[in-house]
Amino acid sequence: MNDLIKNSLLFIALLLIQVVVLNNILFFGYINPFLYILFIIVFPLRRDRGLLLVLSFLLGLFIDFFSDSGGINAAASLAIAYIRLPLLKGLLRKSEIDFLVFKVTKLPFSKLINYIVVLTVTHHFILFSLDYFKFSEILTILSRTILTSIFTIILIILSLLLINKSK
Amino acid sequence: MQQIISFIIKYKYFILFMLLEIIALNFTVQSHSYHKSKFVNSANLLTGNIYNKIHSFKQYTSLKEHNQQLLEENTRLKNKLSRVSIDDTHNTRSIIDSVKYFQKYSYTFANVINNQYHKKYNYLTINIGSEKGVEPDQGVINSKGIIGITNTTSKNYATVLSILNENSKINVKLLNSMHFGTLIWNSKDYNTLQLIDLPIQANIKEGDTVITGGRSTIFPKGIPVGTIIKFNKENNSYKAIDIKLFNDMSAIGPVYIITNFDRDEIINLEENAH
Repeated sequence: MNDLIKNSLLFIALLLIQVVVLNNILFFGYINPFLYILFIIVFPLRRDRGLLLVLSFLLGLFIDFFSDSGGINAAASLAIAYIRLPLLKGLLRKSEIDFLVFKVTKLPFSKLINYIVVLTVTHHFILFSLDYFKFSEILTILSRTILTSIFTIILIILSLLLINKSK
Repeated sequence: MQQIISFIIKYKYFILFMLLEIIALNFTVQSHSYHKSKFVNSANLLTGNIYNKIHSFKQYTSLKEHNQQLLEENTRLKNKLSRVSIDDTHNTRSIIDSVKYFQKYSYTFANVINNQYHKKYNYLTINIGSEKGVEPDQGVINSKGIIGITNTTSKNYATVLSILNENSKINVKLLNSMHFGTLIWNSKDYNTLQLIDLPIQANIKEGDTVITGGRSTIFPKGIPVGTIIKFNKENNSYKAIDIKLFNDMSAIGPVYIITNFDRDEIINLEENAH
């Protein structure tokens, strides 16, 4: 399938899954995972990073429109879209980054986990910091970041397995 | 000049990133303040329609409870009416001057199509908007008590600032005395709110009922809120009075929106007085 169609379908599907299903799942009363950052995780690696920055900003902003949360999702997903390439460069050797054939699912498992964990935790930390916006609530922010990250990471790994199986 | 251009080219992604990030932070700050018109809200056509679709599927699961709730309210109102009709037997007639007589409040009904209660700033989305006369700053209640205040409106939808929101401050009073206080939420438990600014002269005990005070133009006096479940007295003032709501904020169906006909007059008067 064409890259363009595939990614736009993924964009819409993740947006709908997030606002229709996941925002209504409240584990223990208040945890809902943010699967939509999967879009940023699997987006093809390009030398031109502008497109990913704009798309991740828009995806976050759409989520914000649905959840009346201002710009917190947009700010958080934009930030992880920006740090993605430096992070990959830090995790992998130079020879492993081939812009044309690079696939996240082809990464060695331990590196894949590192990559997902760093992006998810960064995203959630920015998200909850902006949501609470008070230094005195740092403990709430940290506990929600950790608890929600666990669920998000599990969901992301399961979805990656599904994507891989279906090929 | 060339240096500036080469600088921009070198850092173009960083500049793009900063630009978008500033926009996002601007939206965030906007959403945290109460009196600001918000660009990012769920009362627009796209989000409203999608929430409406989801709601039309979901509403069947709670029809039974909502029917029960409406029946109870009907019974209560019918009983109230039948008490009034006793006065019909009196053979006195009061003349109502149609110029002086006026209705103060009117109620419109709506359905909640999206409900949040797990965040710090919670909003609800309802399925009527400016076309049906909904404006910002109107009270939203249901038969069991208060829900929130309308915030932003579009043609067919409106968002409601839930009482479970850090920005929500509502004037309330005790049912059995004339002492007023302010209802806020500490973002911990969605069925427990806090009453502050209650004078020490008020004699309270656990189980006392709290109702709306009617000192604002938003809620009429006497709408039920909840009961006091816990309080402690420190240094001659009340600290942390916890109030359990009559409403279950996680399951809200049909609601009423209150229009106050005197609102503009009162606001004008108050502005001129300063």
